[in-house]
Amino acid sequence: MTTAGHAAIRSRGPWELAFERLRRDRAAIAAATALVVVVLVAVLAPAIAKAVGHGPGEQFLDVGLSPSGIPVGPSRAFLLGTDGLGRDVLVRIAYGTRVSLLVGVLASALAVLVGTVVGIAAGWYGGTADRALSRTMDVFLALPFLVFALALVAVVGPSLTISVTVIAFFSWASVGRVVRAQALSIRELEYVQAALTLGAGHARIMFIEILPNVTASVIVYATLLIPGAIVAEATLSFLGLSVVPPTPSWGNMLADAMAYYKVAWWFVLFPGAALLLTTVAFNVLGDSVRDALDPKHDPSMAVSAEEAR
Amino acid sequence: MTTSSVDAVAGCGEALVQLEHVVKDFPVKSGSFFARKRERVHAVADVSLDVRRGETLALVGETGCGKSTLARCIVRLHDLTAGRVLFDGHDISVASHAELRPFRRRMQMVFQDPYGSLNPRRRVGSIIGDPFAIHGVAHGAERLRRVQELMELVGLNSEHYNRFPGDFSGGQRQRVGIARAIALRPDFIVCDEPVSALDVSIRAQILNLLAELQDELGLTYLFISHDLSVVRHVSDRVAVMYLGAVVEVAPVGSLYGHARHPYTRALLSAMPVADSERAAAREEIVLTGDPPSPLDPPSGCRFHPRCPRAQARCASEALVLAPRLGDTAEHVAACHFPLADGEVLAAAAARAESL
Repeated sequence: MTTAGHAAIRSRGPWELAFERLRRDRAAIAAATALVVVVLVAVLAPAIAKAVGHGPGEQFLDVGLSPSGIPVGPSRAFLLGTDGLGRDVLVRIAYGTRVSLLVGVLASALAVLVGTVVGIAAGWYGGTADRALSRTMDVFLALPFLVFALALVAVVGPSLTISVTVIAFFSWASVGRVVRAQALSIRELEYVQAALTLGAGHARIMFIEILPNVTASVIVYATLLIPGAIVAEATLSFLGLSVVPPTPSWGNMLADAMAYYKVAWWFVLFPGAALLLTTVAFNVLGDSVRDALDPKHDPSMAVSAEEAR
Repeated sequence: MTTSSVDAVAGCGEALVQLEHVVKDFPVKSGSFFARKRERVHAVADVSLDVRRGETLALVGETGCGKSTLARCIVRLHDLTAGRVLFDGHDISVASHAELRPFRRRMQMVFQDPYGSLNPRRRVGSIIGDPFAIHGVAHGAERLRRVQELMELVGLNSEHYNRFPGDFSGGQRQRVGIARAIALRPDFIVCDEPVSALDVSIRAQILNLLAELQDELGLTYLFISHDLSVVRHVSDRVAVMYLGAVVEVAPVGSLYGHARHPYTRALLSAMPVADSERAAAREEIVLTGDPPSPLDPPSGCRFHPRCPRAQARCASEALVLAPRLGDTAEHVAACHFPLADGEVLAAAAARAESL
């Protein structure tokens, strides 16, 4: 369809320009690098376990615990020390990364999907549909997360699927509100009117005219949603409402560490640091993505505007 | 009138679009939450008008007079409050979304704002291809070929189909909007102030393009504008709107030479004249006050509170569009006291003020 001559004239789209801006943002590069490391750790968890020779659930009651039953600190054998049952903290953090990323990304993706569809529908249809959907979102935002999670887990029992569902269940409404507000203003624009005069149907207007104009904010929202979901999963694990021991997660490691924090600082510090690093990296990246997608917030452009004055 | 009979030839054809007593109200809420009043903005009040096949009918009036609302009623972006719109004999004012589809192919709209009317996140090739996509006309390479043909037709480089609207100037964007409107070879195009957002230097190009396309494709235009000098160039007939009502309809020459309605005369007097001698000689009428609120329009003739010639019956008696002072049936005005040729409105205004 496109010859070489045509390809030359193809202009760079808003996405390509945003990516270009992102690449010049040092904070974004640092955050992205950190996240690449986190993802690598998750993917390579079995390899890490193999390299140090300790399984994630393996207990080393002889070398992993002091004679009085206290966890041993970081050493050549256990790089990040051991936990209360003589298990390798490093290997358990690596496996915990898998849980955190999986739940964080899946729950956010689900929340974004539902929130975007509901938000666009509410904004586009307006009237009664909008009122009904908006009130529903208000209700979801008002529900107490932990109480609901406790009740649900009490009924169906803890599992990863339940964690993903519960977290998505409590996050989609905030996405929906943002998307609805945008869709509401986009529907009044002339290009939507133009599509109507051409005879476009509801689906076409929602997904071809409105969706491309809300994706930027949805992407930003998603990157900011992931750290929230990771923390939420850690909270659920901490309370024993998510992954079931002995499967490690950052949350249940922190819960176990509560009994040892006076004698085994490494047991609290390293899982906590992993959680902090990941959430901060996602937040920094989210901010940078927002700046990149909205040229009006481009700091380099702000400087040039000042110079022009 | 000799001139009106000459002008009448320009736009003689059967009616393509007929408006019959079109009324459009918008409900508005006002007052505090507890003492809420429901009021209605009477945007379009009982407009009857024909657009004839092959002509350009201009709809003029000041901002807020309801001309854009009327246009949006015709293409059914708004539903009518009352009245009918007939397109080629078919009543489209009550048609459902599905019933309208075949008519959507035949009537299109060019919008005022070349920045707002194109989706900034989509490539122009895909925007111009929208009519094909929506009506399932051409696909794949065939669609691209027809999109490029359209781009050439409206004077765009057909190799630029992969660009975004942001890469084009205002005039070029308006060409994209026009290409989209003519894609399905419609019969009728509503041009809603197509040049008012453009640089003066670009306006003539777009107006010429619209005229060329009209000749080539046999289009009928409803051309909405508040700029009378533009209207004079492009239109065959002119309808003047004031506060939701049509006050005068006439062939263009007849209107500019022999305006009957005081409001039309006032509008014409506000038109800039390049020739300094003629500018000095012409009558200038400055209307006092703002147009009344469409929430509560004046009784009788809606123009009477601002009209220098108004008398008691203007406030009480409703008006119809009819030929006045021996005009032909082509030139109709809604006025109890129409202006004769050469009669000076400013004198009447001065008299009114001294009273």
